[in-house]
Amino acid sequence: MQTLSSMSSISRRDLLKTGGALVVSFAFGAVLPRRSAAQSPTADGDLAKMLDPSEVDSFLAIHADGSVTLYTGKVDIGTGLRIAVAQMAAEELGVPAERISVVDGDTGLCPDQGGTGGSTGLTRGGVEVRQAAATARKALLTLGAAQLNRPAADLTIADGQVRPLAGGSGIGIAALLGERRFSVKVDPRAPLTAPARYTVVGKPLLRPEVPDKCTGRHVYVQDFSLPGMLHARVIRPPTVGAKLVSVDESSIRSIPGIPDVRVVRIDSFLAVVSKDEWAAVRAATALKSTWSDWQGLPGNDGLVRYLRDGAIDRDEAVVSRGDPAAAMPGAAKKLSATYFWPSQSHASLGPSCAVADVRADGATIWSASQGTHGLRNNLARVFGLPVAKVRVVFLEGSGSYGTNGSDYVAADAVLLSKTIGQPVRVQWTRQDEHRWDPKGPQQLLDLQAGLDSTGRIVAWDTQMWLPATRPGGRAYLAAEAAGIAQERGQNAGALAQNGDPPYAAENVRVLVHWLKETPLVPSNLRAPGKIANVFAVESFTDELAAAAGVDPVAFRLSRLTDPRAIDALTRATTTFGWRARTSPNPQARQGNLLTGRGVAYMRYKQAENYIAMVMDVAVDPASGRIAVRRVVCAHDCGLVVNPDALRNQIEGCIVQTLSRTLHEEVKFDRSRVTSADWASYPILTFPEAPAIDVILIDRPDQPLLGAGEAATAPVAAALANAVFDATGARLRTVPFTPERVKAALRSNG
Amino acid sequence: MATYAFRLNGRSVSVDSWDPGQPLLYLLRGALGLHGPKFGCGLEQCGACTVLVDKQATRSCTMPVSRAAGRDITTLEGLGTIEKPHSVQAAFIAEQAAQCGYCTNGMIMTAAALLSRTPKPTLEQVKQGLAGNLCRCGTHTRILRAVMRASQPPPRVALRRATPKQSEGGV
Repeated sequence: MQTLSSMSSISRRDLLKTGGALVVSFAFGAVLPRRSAAQSPTADGDLAKMLDPSEVDSFLAIHADGSVTLYTGKVDIGTGLRIAVAQMAAEELGVPAERISVVDGDTGLCPDQGGTGGSTGLTRGGVEVRQAAATARKALLTLGAAQLNRPAADLTIADGQVRPLAGGSGIGIAALLGERRFSVKVDPRAPLTAPARYTVVGKPLLRPEVPDKCTGRHVYVQDFSLPGMLHARVIRPPTVGAKLVSVDESSIRSIPGIPDVRVVRIDSFLAVVSKDEWAAVRAATALKSTWSDWQGLPGNDGLVRYLRDGAIDRDEAVVSRGDPAAAMPGAAKKLSATYFWPSQSHASLGPSCAVADVRADGATIWSASQGTHGLRNNLARVFGLPVAKVRVVFLEGSGSYGTNGSDYVAADAVLLSKTIGQPVRVQWTRQDEHRWDPKGPQQLLDLQAGLDSTGRIVAWDTQMWLPATRPGGRAYLAAEAAGIAQERGQNAGALAQNGDPPYAAENVRVLVHWLKETPLVPSNLRAPGKIANVFAVESFTDELAAAAGVDPVAFRLSRLTDPRAIDALTRATTTFGWRARTSPNPQARQGNLLTGRGVAYMRYKQAENYIAMVMDVAVDPASGRIAVRRVVCAHDCGLVVNPDALRNQIEGCIVQTLSRTLHEEVKFDRSRVTSADWASYPILTFPEAPAIDVILIDRPDQPLLGAGEAATAPVAAALANAVFDATGARLRTVPFTPERVKAALRSNG
Repeated sequence: MATYAFRLNGRSVSVDSWDPGQPLLYLLRGALGLHGPKFGCGLEQCGACTVLVDKQATRSCTMPVSRAAGRDITTLEGLGTIEKPHSVQAAFIAEQAAQCGYCTNGMIMTAAALLSRTPKPTLEQVKQGLAGNLCRCGTHTRILRAVMRASQPPPRVALRRATPKQSEGGV
């Protein structure tokens, strides 16, 4: 009864989170196994909740009061996924969205729909829930037809009731179902509500958790606790690969009045654990330990050379049309340029945290991971736990934007709880998060292109140097330090997309040099690879336009044929008030500032969102500072589910990527990451916040596309192009620090 | 183990600590059970831990409990509730000025202190007033709109924006 007793001490929202199974079990008490969560809280099967993604019951439950719970393996990390999924299901079920709650990412309650990455939250998560809801609708109409003695075709569902289309009294869906499961397979052909009839999808419904977030009631993983829980801090090695030589436990006893602290050492894994969180903090700081020397990093200096000369795992031509090498010599104009994007941190505002309760009969982990099912599988494999007895319960953390420290800290907590036999909460420090989150990788790109005498792109060659992908789970820091055998997979997402121009071009090649070794553990960071690739491709496109003596928008429009692409670019430039001329800006000077505008366009992954972005900037040549004054973004992601949550994501994509472009670079020396806090890894601040103008292009007749990351991709290029327009200087290395800007202005004469 | 007494969200409380240097944040989130203030850095760099101490926005991650004794402390929970939100909270909700929301505590508390000193700030004053608060999700434009909204006379504050404008020029 651990979970039940522990729930009594936690809040209503936790009850929902941890006890969703109970709600279901009580609602379906007549047909669900009574033992449910009461016996073992950890085993998926014991929760008596369907998890098979081919079953309707895996995705939704209708309760006795007519309210609905949806279950999705995708998680809401502040993106609005929960309200959007509820809106999509509401539309099919005929139940008001406010009567629908969503449980996300709990492996004991939610079907595995893959990790929440690549903007698949709605495209897969929401779409699968929607199909289950459409199947449920069909089943409810069939049940209603029997009860009301009318053909199902004459019935509809509205306000939670199956009713005759022609009017008259209906019957509540809960009464129809009689507190039973649907016990029906998801029908991929169950008809969906026609977009023309949408009443909920497309509305800017408010995200229900925002009031809680604004009043201190929202329970983050950092806020979660269990009875008897201990607080832990892990002492990470002072350098990346150091081994623990010795620990002086007496060093913490000199702290006056400190409550009991236990030092846990497993090989080179070192932690302090206490009932008192502050005691753990003090002890972690005071504990004296000695570590072996380690100098296995190349350091930032000379990194471009390091990557270019790095051992290649394999070369892969991800795009190959025609023969650019053969076509290039005949080009009238030839250009080449090198672009560099540095390693960057997810830099979550709150350091990662997890709570683990590992017992003889199973384990429960509370985590903000974006991939709770994958985390469960990996934790089970690495720590020798039967996967069916491991449950990962998702609780929101600080925004993660990919794989931040959440999975690592969960492994820390599991190792400690397993070792101690008590529930353990591990809270990383600011320095832990900055130093040890797996990083967005460095990206080096060489571009070459040729224009013929009429300005056609007759050859285009992109080469990129990227960390190789290796199968298997990413090695946990805790297991590595503790000497536990594990896989050493490496995957930082689809890094190689958008390396080719989205414009008419002959003879195009994108060649990826997958590198065997790169500094720092790479991971997926929002829009993996695409931000740097579009930065290079769209900056280079601007260089081509300037070389051709053509207005940058006209240059692009004349090479686009897809009407949605043209529409996005036209709307963005029209709203901005773009006037055709070549860059640089002949009238750039405004007082002491140089002003200009820049444009970038891309189609995300060359297959999804159409996004055009225009920026207005002012550069102070004396200080080298760039001020982004206005950003206009036209955004077409097909069907819009919740326009306000979508705008929030787009605005966030823009501002966060401006931060990454202007400020962010993970610095490291031969031994360790030296960007360890907000002073050494600055991010954008309020005085730099631009005005943002988002134009949503809603296409209800088109499939919905994800929007959690796409609008990040054109940001850096639009900014670089605007700086070029303002100054005539081309920035090809991120971040655009004042020093780099001044250097570019100097070399530009 | 010493005991420290102070006002907290309008009530007198006392709390024990073995370390006079223990930051107030740990006691608020621990023994006092208030999770509005967040641990972000412990370095006074991000503002997620902000509380009001005698109406001043203060970083609780480094403020020793010994300095809290006798003071009047307000956390996000004490500023207002869902049922009776403070005008800044109401404006943040109306503008949906949060993504992950981890920084929201610091934004609201800092803005509330700012507006109590400067009830009608310019946008530039709000930007400067929040310059020491970090938001990683990039919700800046909405946060600025929310603070400006909170500084407007009440009749202009509507809790729900029925249909967001097609095109919103910044803040």
